[in-house]
Amino acid sequence: MFNNSIIINSIRFILLVLGQVLVFNQMNFMGLINPMIYILFVYWYPLRENIAIFLLSSFLLGFTIDLFSDTMALHSAAILTIAFARPVLMRFCFGANFEFQGFTFKNTTQLQRMTFLGLLIGFHHLIFFSLELLSFSHFLLILKKVFMTGIATFLICLLLSSLFARETE
Amino acid sequence: MQRIINFILSNRNVFLYTFLLLISLILTIRSHSYHQSKAFNSSKWLTGTVYETSNGITSYFNLKKENNSLVEENKRLREQIFNIKTNSSIELDSSTIDFEVITAKITKNSFASPRNYLTIDKGTKHGIKQDMGVITTKGIVGIVDNTSTKFSTVQSILNTKSNINAKIKNTDYFGSLVWDTNNYNTVQLADIPRLVPLKIGDTIVTGAMSSIFPENIPIGFIKEFNLNDAQSSYNINIQLFNDMANVKNSYVISNKNREEIIELEAKTNNVQ
Repeated sequence: MFNNSIIINSIRFILLVLGQVLVFNQMNFMGLINPMIYILFVYWYPLRENIAIFLLSSFLLGFTIDLFSDTMALHSAAILTIAFARPVLMRFCFGANFEFQGFTFKNTTQLQRMTFLGLLIGFHHLIFFSLELLSFSHFLLILKKVFMTGIATFLICLLLSSLFARETE
Repeated sequence: MQRIINFILSNRNVFLYTFLLLISLILTIRSHSYHQSKAFNSSKWLTGTVYETSNGITSYFNLKKENNSLVEENKRLREQIFNIKTNSSIELDSSTIDFEVITAKITKNSFASPRNYLTIDKGTKHGIKQDMGVITTKGIVGIVDNTSTKFSTVQSILNTKSNINAKIKNTDYFGSLVWDTNNYNTVQLADIPRLVPLKIGDTIVTGAMSSIFPENIPIGFIKEFNLNDAQSSYNINIQLFNDMANVKNSYVISNKNREEIIELEAKTNNVQ
């Protein structure tokens, strides 16, 4: 079971990087929208695993995408932060019972999962675009980008997560 | 001591997070003011190879269009050669050539972020160095930023750090070409004084002040202009000739005299 989880997450890692870099970074919908689907890594990552490894692998995922898209460490900072904030967000969305052993995604409602995904995307995009522009004078532009890219990311992540939904989790 | 260690151990994830976040913030903020980091960019072997492979597949979809634009350019150049009014044939003595051209394919392009970089499939092995100009058949694309043996990254003109010397065609009024990140088809020309007569549709070309591009390479035409807040110079919006969303084949220009020019400028600055 332990090895199984490592293999699944490694494959997921590689596929998400390739999908992001080769497909979604080339979309440029309306000249500015590139959905960031690699957030699904944080959404899909198993619940009861070592948090340090989770943080490190999220950072590595962001950094690999940064290498490909020449954005220095924007993706890494953003995904690292939502990976770190994931337990807090989960408690907010699923209530306190997510810490119990019996908790799985299966016995949560669709709405709860969508809120969770939406919050992950919202925080990620806010951090990403604030760092990208790095100026408070562009506050409205940052909000506009967060909003537009966020919606695109959310829709595509929903599609992907229902497409690759696993029976066991 | 025991308690400090216990404290660190019990909060090790917070420390790990802070440490990793610091690394990424330092890398990000440094890159806002300097050249891209030498170590982390898409000119490297792994990223370059992935992009080259993907480009090897997708480039077939545009072959017809690319061929047409290359034939168009050939035709234009042929016409220029046939109409040159000199009696002797063109000299091809390498000692008199100032600029050399290397062809390169653009394997990765971006234009949606404020700092855009392209990746090309040629590197130091093919003679590419930092600060060489990159153009296409229609106009300029950017300046080489980082190189590895087989690949290079190019700082696009659609980059807030880009600053290229440009002038109005057939005049000597020059300014600097910058980008305000709003639209990937328009760039801005700053520092053109108020006295200069401007017309919408005037062509903008590269200026003679830079040692990167040869003079008179087309950039775009004036779309609109108005005086800036201080009423002393113009803000000019320029429509690019290049479709920056669709650039495939490019030429990298190396200036043989560049090192000499830079050396000379450094000497002059030192004297002052």
